[in-house]
Amino acid sequence: MTTIGLVSRREFIASAAAGSLTVGFHIPALAQQAGTTPEINAWVVVQPDDRVIVRIARSEMGQGTLTGLAQLVAEELECDWAKVSTEYPTPAQNLARNRVWGNFSTGGSRGIRDSHDYVRKGGAAARLMLVQAAADEWKVPAAECRVDKGVITHAASGRRTSYGKVAAAAARIKPPTDIVLKDPKDWKLAGKPLARLDTVDKTTGRQIYGADLRLPGMLNAAIRACPVFGGKLKSFDAAAIAARRGVKKVVPVGDSAVAVVAETWWQAKTALDALPIDWDFGPNLRVQDADVTAMLKAGLDAEQAAVGNSNGDARAALASAARRIDAVYAYPHQNHATMEPMNATAKWTAERCEVWTPTQNGEAALAATAEAAGLKPSQCEVYKIHLGGGFGRRGAVHDWVTQAVQIARQLPGTPVKLLWSREEDMTHGRYHPVMQCRLSAGLDAQNKLTALHMRLSGQSILAGVFPQNVRDGKDPVTFQGLNAGGAEAAFGYSVTNLLIDHAMRNPHVPPGFWRGVNLNQNTIFVECFLDEVAHATKQDPLELRRSLMQGHPKNRAVLDAVAERVGWGKPAPDVGGQKVYRGLAQTHGFGSYVAACAEVSVDAAGDLRIHRIVAATDCGHAVNPQQIAAQVEGSFVYGLSAMLYGACTVKDGRIAQTNFDTYPVMRINEMPKVETIVIPSGGFWGGVGEPTIAVAAPAVLNAIFAATGLRIRELPLSRHSLKRA
Amino acid sequence: MPELHVNGSVRQHDAEPDTPLLWVLREQLGLTGTKYGCGIAQCGSCTVHIDGTAIRSCALPVSALQPGQKIVTIEGLSATGDHPVQKAWVEHDVPQCGYCQSGMIMAAAALLKDKPQPSDADINAAMTNICRCGTYNRVRAAIKAAAGGKRSAEAIIIHADRSAA
Repeated sequence: MTTIGLVSRREFIASAAAGSLTVGFHIPALAQQAGTTPEINAWVVVQPDDRVIVRIARSEMGQGTLTGLAQLVAEELECDWAKVSTEYPTPAQNLARNRVWGNFSTGGSRGIRDSHDYVRKGGAAARLMLVQAAADEWKVPAAECRVDKGVITHAASGRRTSYGKVAAAAARIKPPTDIVLKDPKDWKLAGKPLARLDTVDKTTGRQIYGADLRLPGMLNAAIRACPVFGGKLKSFDAAAIAARRGVKKVVPVGDSAVAVVAETWWQAKTALDALPIDWDFGPNLRVQDADVTAMLKAGLDAEQAAVGNSNGDARAALASAARRIDAVYAYPHQNHATMEPMNATAKWTAERCEVWTPTQNGEAALAATAEAAGLKPSQCEVYKIHLGGGFGRRGAVHDWVTQAVQIARQLPGTPVKLLWSREEDMTHGRYHPVMQCRLSAGLDAQNKLTALHMRLSGQSILAGVFPQNVRDGKDPVTFQGLNAGGAEAAFGYSVTNLLIDHAMRNPHVPPGFWRGVNLNQNTIFVECFLDEVAHATKQDPLELRRSLMQGHPKNRAVLDAVAERVGWGKPAPDVGGQKVYRGLAQTHGFGSYVAACAEVSVDAAGDLRIHRIVAATDCGHAVNPQQIAAQVEGSFVYGLSAMLYGACTVKDGRIAQTNFDTYPVMRINEMPKVETIVIPSGGFWGGVGEPTIAVAAPAVLNAIFAATGLRIRELPLSRHSLKRA
Repeated sequence: MPELHVNGSVRQHDAEPDTPLLWVLREQLGLTGTKYGCGIAQCGSCTVHIDGTAIRSCALPVSALQPGQKIVTIEGLSATGDHPVQKAWVEHDVPQCGYCQSGMIMAAAALLKDKPQPSDADINAAMTNICRCGTYNRVRAAIKAAAGGKRSAEAIIIHADRSAA
């Protein structure tokens, strides 16, 4: 399991001594704590009994990075995998040690692809030091020693020892600088479908999430922020609830929220429900969803637009094309809806502030803590707690951490756990950007695609989150999957005359990085529109794509892999008397190439059934194939939930959807069979947590068109009937 | 003080009568394995057994329980995590973030008690819990494996022997 951090352990132990409050807590065994043995280096601690603790800087939120990164370290370390556990270093430790663990940020499917090199070097360096320690003790050259599963042997003298026995000596050896990493073809642990390290505690209730945290003397807070974005708190009548059982304090939080602090969260929540609050709703009170739609629609024809990708002269080629096809698509705001609502526990004094929270970026959480606490980062600490889902909500913006510290500042010395209700979480998210896109295709007399113009109009994530990264009105992240080249997220087709531009239109709803980010809508736009072009010109959708993919062999390889697996070109077998139809999609994002083929049927009443999806991923190097399969399957749940139902709409300036009854998501009865093809072609490192989401919706939407002739251009699907006239 | 029969023992609490069972379990009895997800019986993260039936505890006032009713939470499903459903979950590496999985496991255990050989339709009807990570196919495979007493061939997963670790 992952231990939680030195100071929090102390708190836990104190808490255990306090008695029944901690029933159900998993208190890390003392022997697992770092510090009982000196570390070999920042990444590796070896215990005298040969157990190995691998330090993990990135956050585990279900995506399996904890296990994958540990596999990479253990691969180079040559330790016994059965003896490996993990722990998080803290953000303040990273700061104090000159960022020895590098970046803590866990987003953009970067957990493994951005740190594989230095974590493997950490494992390799530790191995060299451990072997050197044994060689020094035996007075033999290290090169004559062999190591296997943490056992070091010297064949000539018949001597053997283990990592645990030489760990203390190894920790004193000067770290090597010349480190040669293994060729991936020689991997024994990495690349293998190993079981996750964090599964067992998740089946027994022992895994602690932020929402589960209990510290000695802790109080609980429930919060309500102004329901209208941009509004402010005017006043509240604390006296009206002061006599309620358990209520300790009612406090303003920043200038736009109020919190009730009570003995238990249920007391705080119910008291908050009864609290009279007067809001200044601000300038957005009259904004409706139709206003957002109209704002974006105007951008489709705007003269000013930032160019993301262009070659040739798309406008001229469209003007002179023998045939022109146009379509407008629309993608709504969506909430991340992590299963665990936002939460943080904070303890503030004038000298120090500590926060315990599930976060995708411990360093950003530390910065938010210090700012809200009015202290230096060196006076603060953040203990990362296991996340009950992240999906981008718990990464860039730490609004809930700021709130928790603002509350704790008003109760110095008392730990306060802030937990959002589902309703608060649903209406105060950082939403998937809203976007429209007009696509215009120019075709010559032979129906060859000669021009393509994509005009995006809509919200910029960077403008809302990192405005300093918007340059000359251009948000480069908007063009994810549409870029002219590069290893990250390039447009996968060659079109002679191409123009992709973006008219930025930012409604008042705050945007955020939402798993898959802008690749989601961009892939829908491109892949559904190419499908439209194929059908309008009576070309096979696969062949049309292939004709534009000569310069994109890796995109084509994943597309061909799914086409071959499903037997594209031959009809799919009927299911339950219903004809089954197929749709394709492919994209490049987060450094990986992905494709999908969906098989669906739609009955006469319009009921959609998604029977099977075949998906292919080329992520360069595959560290744990069974976890890649899990991410691919999960990506279909996330992407298809969004496609089927996901919409947060604006009513009177606020988000109309408040819980899973009004923001439905996919459940098991709608889940298709998923066949995952992992084809790591080597030579690069791609992410797997996000890219497949982008192909989920267009593959199914294209299959729906094949089944019904209905082209869905405005999401979600629940706004449309598939019933045929 | 009101009493509850939880995981084989009688526990006292002093929560207000309209407090949902979920919050009595979590805040009064320290049984945090049962999760809060929605508060309106939509997501199933709070699923526990009451007299063997899967119930969503977030919308059930504690005062609605009868004195003799027996509550089992994820912590009480088995003494050492070796209920057939838990074992199948580990075999298939079902959880991702894991937050919904206590509820999933409790729902699956109740289903298998009721229908030892559930069909896909039975699984669809009983397993209405929400998982945002998207573990549904492994949930289904693990339930079938638990029912059949063997691991399904769908996912190849290498398990290390950690008994000595």
